[in-house]
Amino acid sequence: MAGRTLYDKLWDAHLVKQRDDGTALIYIDRHLLHEVTSPQAFEGLRLAGRRPWRVDANIATPDHNVPTVKRSEGLAGITDPISRIQVETLDDNCRDFGILEFAILDPRQGIVHVVGPEQGATLPGMTVVCGDSHTSTHGAFAALAHGIGTSEVEHVLASQCLIQRKARNMRIVADGHLPRGVTAKDLALAIIGRIGTAGGTGYTLEFSGEAVRGLSMEGRMTLCNMAIEAGARSGMVAFDEVTLEYVRGRPFAPKGALFEQAAAAWRDLVSDSDAVFDAEVHLDASSLEPQVTWGTSPEMVVSINGIVPDLDAAENAGQRQGWESAMRYMGLEPGRRIRDIGVDRVFIGSCTNSRIEDLRAAAAVVRGRKVADSVLQAMVVPGSGPVKQQAEAEGLHEVFLAAGFEWRDPGCSMCLAMNADRLGAGEHCASTSNRNFEGRQGHGGRTHLVSPEMAAAAAVAGHFMDVREMLEVTQGGVA
Amino acid sequence: MKAFTTLTGRVVPLDKANVDTDQIIPKQFLKSIRRTGFGDNLFDGWRYLDEGDPSKTPNERQINPDFVLNAPRYQGACVLLARENFGCGSSREHAVWALEEFGLRVVLAPSFADIFFSNCFKNGVLPIVLENKTIDLLFEIEAAGEGLDVTVDLAEQVITMPSGETLGFEVDSFRKRCLLEGLDDIGVTLTDAQAIRDFEAAHRQRAPWLFANTG
Ligand code: SF4
Repeated sequence: MAGRTLYDKLWDAHLVKQRDDGTALIYIDRHLLHEVTSPQAFEGLRLAGRRPWRVDANIATPDHNVPTVKRSEGLAGITDPISRIQVETLDDNCRDFGILEFAILDPRQGIVHVVGPEQGATLPGMTVVCGDSHTSTHGAFAALAHGIGTSEVEHVLASQCLIQRKARNMRIVADGHLPRGVTAKDLALAIIGRIGTAGGTGYTLEFSGEAVRGLSMEGRMTLCNMAIEAGARSGMVAFDEVTLEYVRGRPFAPKGALFEQAAAAWRDLVSDSDAVFDAEVHLDASSLEPQVTWGTSPEMVVSINGIVPDLDAAENAGQRQGWESAMRYMGLEPGRRIRDIGVDRVFIGSCTNSRIEDLRAAAAVVRGRKVADSVLQAMVVPGSGPVKQQAEAEGLHEVFLAAGFEWRDPGCSMCLAMNADRLGAGEHCASTSNRNFEGRQGHGGRTHLVSPEMAAAAAVAGHFMDVREMLEVTQGGVA
Repeated sequence: MKAFTTLTGRVVPLDKANVDTDQIIPKQFLKSIRRTGFGDNLFDGWRYLDEGDPSKTPNERQINPDFVLNAPRYQGACVLLARENFGCGSSREHAVWALEEFGLRVVLAPSFADIFFSNCFKNGVLPIVLENKTIDLLFEIEAAGEGLDVTVDLAEQVITMPSGETLGFEVDSFRKRCLLEGLDDIGVTLTDAQAIRDFEAAHRQRAPWLFANTG
């Protein structure tokens, strides 16, 4: 028998029942909840007179609607009454059903995909779901993690299971080491540029190769976070020492002998050497440059030294039409140098890039520099309470504040502009988030996806620039 | 869930690839804690010229006359004809609620994003995958006429054109049954409650650390 992929192993270990019609019941170990996609699920549960199957598998935190200023005011600080009701509804539902919640004033509150791993609530070998497409993030822990819709949130609450069909296996191999100044975010964008936003549809992605092995857990989370932007519900990275050391000692992680027992089992969370993948993509990581998106889909991406493409370079009429409409929306024309695109706002945050390592990297670029006068606003939004605390302990907030950045409270913030943080029409934003869709960061707003380093460089320069040029100047001087 | 058996009605063409869920229902409408009230804001950014917010009624809005859904011949349409990777982006089920409430209960496209696709089946909306060339042809036929009306029959898995010509389509058998009967799939899953309990007990034996929630 051929070896199994990591995905095959995770699937097999959670298979409750294979049905004749090709669907399967899959057991869910961890269910994360936030305020936007859960109220209707709790309501459904109530209407049907059902109770959660296993209360302790659930953890909730509000993130999308929470303001990123004046946190100490708690719920009263949410000025939009509709947003406030949504956050209060999560509180009420968690209380009524006995679900653990890191509520708005809890020091552990944050973006659900930052909170889970940070608390050790996401563990290797788990199945993890959440009513949020970026649940793919948790795959960084050799876990099977994916987003679900609200009906499925209700289904998991009621039965601890999901009805699934097995996806196919795709391996993405990034050979060589990422050069200095080129990050997991650039790798993720380059992969999406290569396979397209539908390239991973129907597949589970496993990211592997030297460059991936060389990433920290933060970097692996960034990479898996973007799997959904490549069309795959789940992305994952095999277990290794890096995973183990990250998990050790986290509040919800097993302790003592139980930890040793778990660690021994986790060592098997790798694809067998003779496992067969349905598709394979190879990439030379060592030749990558920092990436910047120019359009309204993450696949519309080029290197910082590139240009907005010529329409004749489109592969077909559909792509040409997509490019044309994206250029119109973005106010860009073919041939425009990426470096010449000015930046009005800068957003460092989101479940893609708001972890401590991201903030350290951005601070290293910003240190001793100033945000350009032409930039209206530059903000840093830590992913969670503990990230914020750690950054402040390291003095990173002072670096940002001295440079002219705003230092905010944790939440999704300008990633999707459900709270007060948003772009004005026509404004260009260097953003470390994951989606550059039309209107995503505000009506008419123009998002360019970049790494934290590149966002920091754009803030300083007032337009996109190659962060490697700044890193050379400060070499030796960075933290 | 509302059952889906057959449907006859107007096809509305949306000639755009990679239509994402942020376009289908923009985020400012996700603040509702209800399952209804999203139909007026379906494709909000394209349907209206002014920026929408949940407090505005459609009467107060500026209609975008150039958006296809607003053209007189497509009023009351119930079949959406779309391009590749329809429904990509977020997992928000609100996108399907908005389509359903607006009256679009069938979406025809060459491909769909995974999460959107499965969300459709939970809400009585039928997403149908057709080959690229078939979709191209439908766009052509639609554009050539005064309005295209088709009949979609889920039990038989066929779409009948005005000419009487039929197009077959594939659908997952479990999902088909749920749609046809309007089944609550949680109820179906819970008929396996014993199997779930048995699995859980064995899983706890194998991996006790997954059950030690001690933060
Ligand atoms: S940070 Fe953005 S992508 Fe991540 S969960 Fe929040 S809204 Fe979604």
